[in-house]
Amino acid sequence: MLKAMLGEAWLAMGANRLRTALTMLGMVIGVGAVVIMMAIGQGAQYAVQQTISTMGSNLFIVLSGSFTTAGVRSGAAGAPTLNVGDAEAISELEGVVNVAPTHQGTRQLVYGSQNWSSQVVGTTPPYLDARAWTIVNGAAFGDSDVRSATRVALIGKTVAENLFGDDDPVGKTMRIQQNPFIVIGVLGSKGQSLDGRDQDDTVIIPLSTAQRKVFGTPFLGSVRMIMIQAASAEAMPLVMERVEGLLRQRHRLREGQPNDFFTRNLSAAAESEAETTRTMSILLGAIASISLLVGGIGIMNIMLVSVTERTREIGIRMAIGARERDILTQFLLEAVMISFAGCLLGLLLGLGIALAINAFTGMVIVISGSAALIAFIVAATVGIFFGWYPARKAARLDPIEALRYQ
Amino acid sequence: MAGVANAPVIRVAGLSKSYETAAGLFPALRGVDLSIDAGEYLAIMGPSGSGKSTFMNLLGCLDTPTTGDYFLAGENVAHMEKAALARLRNRTLGFVFQGFNLLPRMSLQDNVALPLVYAGIDRDTRREKARQLLDKVGLGKYAESMPNRISGGQQQRVAIARALVNTPRLILADEPTGNLDSHTSEDIMRLFGDLNAEGITIVLVTHEQDIAAHCKRQVRFLDGQIVSDQLTGLDA
Repeated sequence: MLKAMLGEAWLAMGANRLRTALTMLGMVIGVGAVVIMMAIGQGAQYAVQQTISTMGSNLFIVLSGSFTTAGVRSGAAGAPTLNVGDAEAISELEGVVNVAPTHQGTRQLVYGSQNWSSQVVGTTPPYLDARAWTIVNGAAFGDSDVRSATRVALIGKTVAENLFGDDDPVGKTMRIQQNPFIVIGVLGSKGQSLDGRDQDDTVIIPLSTAQRKVFGTPFLGSVRMIMIQAASAEAMPLVMERVEGLLRQRHRLREGQPNDFFTRNLSAAAESEAETTRTMSILLGAIASISLLVGGIGIMNIMLVSVTERTREIGIRMAIGARERDILTQFLLEAVMISFAGCLLGLLLGLGIALAINAFTGMVIVISGSAALIAFIVAATVGIFFGWYPARKAARLDPIEALRYQ
Repeated sequence: MAGVANAPVIRVAGLSKSYETAAGLFPALRGVDLSIDAGEYLAIMGPSGSGKSTFMNLLGCLDTPTTGDYFLAGENVAHMEKAALARLRNRTLGFVFQGFNLLPRMSLQDNVALPLVYAGIDRDTRREKARQLLDKVGLGKYAESMPNRISGGQQQRVAIARALVNTPRLILADEPTGNLDSHTSEDIMRLFGDLNAEGITIVLVTHEQDIAAHCKRQVRFLDGQIVSDQLTGLDA
C-alpha cells in the first residue's frame, strides 16, 4: 500500500510541475545554504586548527623583568632576572611538559655570496617539541651541544631557500655574526603564524652558543625568556600560577613586591581565534537554517493549497474506503517527498558551489558526511513537521462536505 | 445469490438525523423504518429536502444517525468508529455518484483499482481485478486512458466498475443518470438492470419517474419520512 501511495505522491507532484519545482526551490536554497555555510565554517575552523597545531599548543613564556636607568625603562626582558637555573627548576614542576630557555634576535646570515637576515633562536632541545618543529633533513642538536656550546644550526625552509638555493644545506657552513655554524638540519615547513609572520624564516642554535657567540650576555647563565609547555589547556592556569610562585620564591620576592618577570600566554590568542571561527560557523549555520525554515513554510503553504484544491478528491477517496490514516499518510508522503527531493538537489547545489568557491578563491572548505546527514534529517523533519498540519486537515475532512465541494 | 433473499442486507429502525442550523435543530430524517433484502433493486424518490440524500448518506456509512439503528449485513453500524465505517464503505458498499467522481490524474484502470489499494490488495491482483471489471462494463480497451478522454456515459460505467471491484453486498447510486442525456441514461440503467439480474443489490436515488421505473421497488420520501413503499411489478 505504501508503494501505491508513493506512486500517487509522485503523480501529485507531477500534476503541477511548476508549483512543485518552486516549492522545492525553497528547500533547495535552504539546504544548499546550510551545506555551503557549514563547508565554509568548518573550513575556517580547520584552517585555524592547522595554524594552531603548527605553533605548538598550551604554550606560555616567562620574560625577564625590566630595569630603569635615569628614568628610562627598558621594557620586558631588559634586566637579567631569569637564569638557566630557573628553567631547570620549572621543569621539575607538575603539569609542565617542556621547558626551553631561549634567547632570540635578528641577525644577518651569510653563506658564500648570499646573505639573509633572519630570526636566530638560541635554545635547548625541548624547544623543538614545545613548538612542534620537525626535522625533514639532517638531525637536531642535543643536550651535549648545549653543554659544549657547539656551533651547529637548524634552519627553516625560507632560510634554506634564500641562502642555499638548490644546494643541500646540511653539512654546509654558514656565518652568523662572523661565526661559522655548521647546518645540521632543515626544519619542516609550518607556513604563516596567526599574525602573519613567516614561521619558516628562522634559525635555531644551542642556547649557550647563542649567548656566547651571537648575542652576548651580561651575566653567564641568565636568559631573557623561558618557553613553557603545559600538559593540557585545562592545566594552563594552574601551571602558570605554580611557575609564578616558584619564581617569586627563587627570586626571594617578599609579599607585596612586584614580580621581576612577566608571563604571557601564547595559546590564548590562538584559542580565542578558534573560538571566533567556531562562533562564526555556528552563526553561518543558524542564518542558513532560517532559509531552511522558510523553505519548510513554503511546503506547508503549498500543501494547504493542495488540500483545498483536492477536497473533492479526498471526499471520493473517503467514500471508497480511505481511512483518516490513509489520507494523512498520502499528504504527509507528498510533503516529505518534495522536501527530500529539494534536499537532494540542495545538497548537490551546495556541494557544487562549495567546490567552486574552493576552486576559484582557494578558501579552505571542509565537506563532512555528517553535514550531509544532518541536512537530510532536517529535510525529513521539515517535511513531516510542515506537512503534518495540512495532512491532518485533509484527513479530518467530513466526507459528505468534501464530496459536495466544487 | 438472487435466491438468498430472506436475510435483509439493510434494516433500519427508527432512524433519525437532525442538523444544527442557525434557526435551531433541523430534523432531516424522522424515524425511518426500512428493510432491503439481498437482490433487491430499489429506487429512493422524493423532492429535494425530503431527506432522501440524508438517508443515502446514512446508508452509505458516510454519516452516523442521531438516533435509531442501522443493521448492514446483520451488523449494527449506527455508532461505529470512523475507521470501521471506512472499512465498510470499502468492502461492503459500492458508490456511484451523479458526477462520476473519477480521479482525473489516474488511468481508468487505476481508478477502478483504487478501492483495492485501501483494502490492502497487492498490485498484480488489483490490476487483474480492475481489468476484469472494465471488460465487464465494456471499456477494457480504454484501461490505460485518462478519464477526460472518454464520454460521460463511459465515465459512469467506469465508476460502476469501481463500485463493483471489491465485490460489495450493495451498490448505492446517487442520481447516477443526473448528468447524462436520456439515451446514455438508458444505457446505464440497462447496465444496472443486468447487474441486478446477476444478484447484486442496488439502491438508487432519483427524482425522475422514468428512471425509477426501471427498479423493482420504489420508496418515496417526504419531510424526512417514508410516505410510500411499493413494488413496481417488474420482478415476478
